[in-house]
Amino acid sequence: MNEQLLAELYVFCLAVFVGFEVISKVPTILHTPLMSGSNAIHGIVLVGGILVTATAQTNLQLALGFIAVMFGAMNVAGGFLVTDRMLQMFKKKPGGAR
Amino acid sequence: MDLLHIAIALAYLVAGILFILGLRQLSSPATARLGNRVATIGMLIALAATLSSPAVLNIVKTHQTLNIGLIALGIAIGGIAGAVTAYKVKMTAMPQMVALYNGVGGGAAAVVSAAEFLHAAATGEHLPLVNALSIMFGTIIGSISFTGSLIAFGKLQEILPGRPLLFPGQNAVNGLVFLGILGLAASQVAGPHNQTLFLVLGGCALLIGVLGVIPIGGADMPVVISLLNSCTGLAAAATGFQLHNNILIISGTLVGASGALLTHLMSKAMNRSIGNVLFSGFGTDGKAGVVAGPAGVVIKEISADDASTLMAYSRSVIIVPGYGMAVAQAQHSVRELGDLLEAKGVEVRYAIHPVAGRMPGHMNVLLAEADVPYDKLLEMDQINDDFERTDVALVIGANDVTNPAARSNPQSPIYGMPILNVDHAKNIIIMKRSMKPGFAGIDNELYYDPKCRMLFGDAKASAQKLVTALKEE
Repeated sequence: MNEQLLAELYVFCLAVFVGFEVISKVPTILHTPLMSGSNAIHGIVLVGGILVTATAQTNLQLALGFIAVMFGAMNVAGGFLVTDRMLQMFKKKPGGAR
Repeated sequence: MDLLHIAIALAYLVAGILFILGLRQLSSPATARLGNRVATIGMLIALAATLSSPAVLNIVKTHQTLNIGLIALGIAIGGIAGAVTAYKVKMTAMPQMVALYNGVGGGAAAVVSAAEFLHAAATGEHLPLVNALSIMFGTIIGSISFTGSLIAFGKLQEILPGRPLLFPGQNAVNGLVFLGILGLAASQVAGPHNQTLFLVLGGCALLIGVLGVIPIGGADMPVVISLLNSCTGLAAAATGFQLHNNILIISGTLVGASGALLTHLMSKAMNRSIGNVLFSGFGTDGKAGVVAGPAGVVIKEISADDASTLMAYSRSVIIVPGYGMAVAQAQHSVRELGDLLEAKGVEVRYAIHPVAGRMPGHMNVLLAEADVPYDKLLEMDQINDDFERTDVALVIGANDVTNPAARSNPQSPIYGMPILNVDHAKNIIIMKRSMKPGFAGIDNELYYDPKCRMLFGDAKASAQKLVTALKEE
């Protein structure tokens, strides 16, 4: 087991705990926006797609990388925008518009 | 370590911190929107860092236009497709859009893993154990998330029937496919790496995503989407182990862990375990699910005029919204109705069941859009004891969340789910399109309650009739 892998394992384990702790007190009304927001965050896989495409040497790798980039970009753009639209509906001061 | 490496690593660290802060802020109503933006900035930083990474700079330097072009084209197509669909989608259809975005994310993780594997297999390279394991994990989980989410999308979009789809021997088939996946994965980790066998493995994983979700009823889709969301996060983290990229590990794991907790919270709100949601084939057996109307009991209708009079002379009214309000886009009319009643001195509150609509929070979002003040929206635990002191419970397109069978009938598929105590109110008015059962596909004995009157019609049209009638009072 090399140094790099060990460091990655550290990061992984700590991130598990942060993930659990960070949303431990979420009200029911925010379940959907929270799911949608975290859905957008795993769009980070776009980074993986870009790296695969950048280092691709064969046509197969290029094709797969391209699909990953396209899917990842859709996940990111759609995820954040749809979450923002959901949250737009939550107004801090109710009735202000009336 | 040169300066560029350090700068990129630090940018990834900042992005990771922004994701954590964003998730934290997303957990509180006052800061939720800001939290989503903070996370968006984190994502932009991570992407900028990736685009300035040595791998990308290298293809720019060596003029590998095909690679550059495909990255740019992929970002453009995916980004535009995501942005356009996110802007165009109706509020009622948001849950399935989340499923769709989650699906493509899972697909991306699977494809990244596959690219890593197929390259190694083609060159005859033997993958180190951790890489091989994370490739198998990313491929399998990502593929399941991809097809599972698409099925969830289809069910919510009503392309596929919302009811559970079962066939004989389903469990045996699922078990066999699952064992096949495990066997193939083990053989490919051990090596030699074989492209064909790997593709069969991917196909099996895609298949299990379909088979795993089709037997789950539409009403449970939010929990399923949340679970698949968590899976996609873990699949993304797995690609981080393959590419030795910390931001992929951090973000993927964050989503994986928080998504798992969120899934648990959601199924708890329905008083069920995740296992129960996934494997019960909810509402299919039909043995006692359909409660036929007791012989001789007729359903009583009420006119909009009578309903408005009844409410106008009440002291308190609790409005119970459900998916019917969402599909009819009736929230503005409902708010107007509430305002008119309040002007007449009636106390109006809204009872929000945790799973009313197609997703938790669905009703809150719609009513907030219609400017209904926050403090009038009460969660089930806050309001359930008040129903017995309430003159009228006005149920607008909600069904399963009001079904007393959940309390009294152990044979019912929804038995044990906490429900709103609508049946404790002095009068019940149900606004409903028809006598068709709700999303879970089961009948609601509440409608045969002697205190219950039905106001048939589209929720929006009926709400407007009530508004008109109230104005004439």
